Amino acid sequence: MRPIRRLLPHPWLTTVLTLVWLLLNNTLSPGHVLLGLVLGWLIPLLSLRFWPDTVHFHHPLALLRFIGRVLWDILVANLNVAQLILGKPERLRPGFFAIPLDLETELAISLLANTVSLTPGTLSVELSPDRRTLFVHGMDVPDPAATCAEIKLRYEAPLKEVFEP
Amino acid sequence: MMALAVTLALALVAAAIALSFWRLLIGPSAPDRILALDTLYINTIALLILLGLRLNSNLYFEAALLIAVIGFVGTLALCKYLLRGDIIE
Amino acid sequence: MLEALLSLLILAGALFTFIGSLGLARLPDFFTRLHAPTKATTLGVGSLLIASAIHFSTQGEGLSLHEVLVTLFLFITAPVSGHLLGKTGLHLRLPRLGKQADGGLPPGLPPG
Repeated sequence: MRPIRRLLPHPWLTTVLTLVWLLLNNTLSPGHVLLGLVLGWLIPLLSLRFWPDTVHFHHPLALLRFIGRVLWDILVANLNVAQLILGKPERLRPGFFAIPLDLETELAISLLANTVSLTPGTLSVELSPDRRTLFVHGMDVPDPAATCAEIKLRYEAPLKEVFEP
Repeated sequence: MMALAVTLALALVAAAIALSFWRLLIGPSAPDRILALDTLYINTIALLILLGLRLNSNLYFEAALLIAVIGFVGTLALCKYLLRGDIIE
Repeated sequence: MLEALLSLLILAGALFTFIGSLGLARLPDFFTRLHAPTKATTLGVGSLLIASAIHFSTQGEGLSLHEVLVTLFLFITAPVSGHLLGKTGLHLRLPRLGKQADGGLPPGLPPG
């Protein structure tokens, strides 16, 4: 196990890089598959110092379900935001609120921040220096506490299940 | 039918570019202008894809990808400059 | 049938792009304006790219999936630039609406 780890430090990164190479060239020819694999193997090795932690997906199915839910929410968010933009601007109730975080790893926190930014009328604007609180701006939040609870239940809980069981 | 849809879509995207440009002109603050530039480059990607569909050419994809990459880096550099007064620390 | 689907995707994409820019032009303060492009335009460009991928895949020259790459890139970068713009707005203390709901502002930033 050890020598494999040293030779292939980030298997997921290798897979993603190979896929990106194939998409970029829009082909599945054997030559490009080989070249993509070589690049996907070499780049993580050369940039090892930028990726100190290995990523572990503990529940791949939960991750897929999470991605599906986020895509659906993005669609709903867009309809909501479109409605808000076309409505009267005076009727908006914008405001900041804080989300206390249960997540600890950097990857999980940044994924949560990105998800919050992509979904219904909310945008993460700042992370406290001790990484315990995420500050979010809502475009139309009549009840910040309810929105905060919804984000924790809908996005933070699945991310915690996948990355920090 | 698709030609008509693409023409309508081109008109809508052109109007979107005009609106973003309006925000770029009136500001009022520096982040507002950066946001307008950010929106402008996303609008440009939409415009390029529509042109690719209209002229039935796959070449516009490369331009769209390049604009996506460069626009993102530009937004980050401008924000970083306003935040720290320096781009490369 | 396929053409109808493509037309629908193209029009929806252009409409969302337009609404995003409309929000940028008419919303009242910087922080609400910030929402418009990061949301509406990503879905707008997203559906345009899906339409483009379907169109070029059905041209008879094999699958054309590289449009997915632009979509993926935009979905990863849009929240990051939105986050950084929001941070800049807070740092420069831009005026904002909705003072009553500012209980959760980061410490060290006086209101206003």
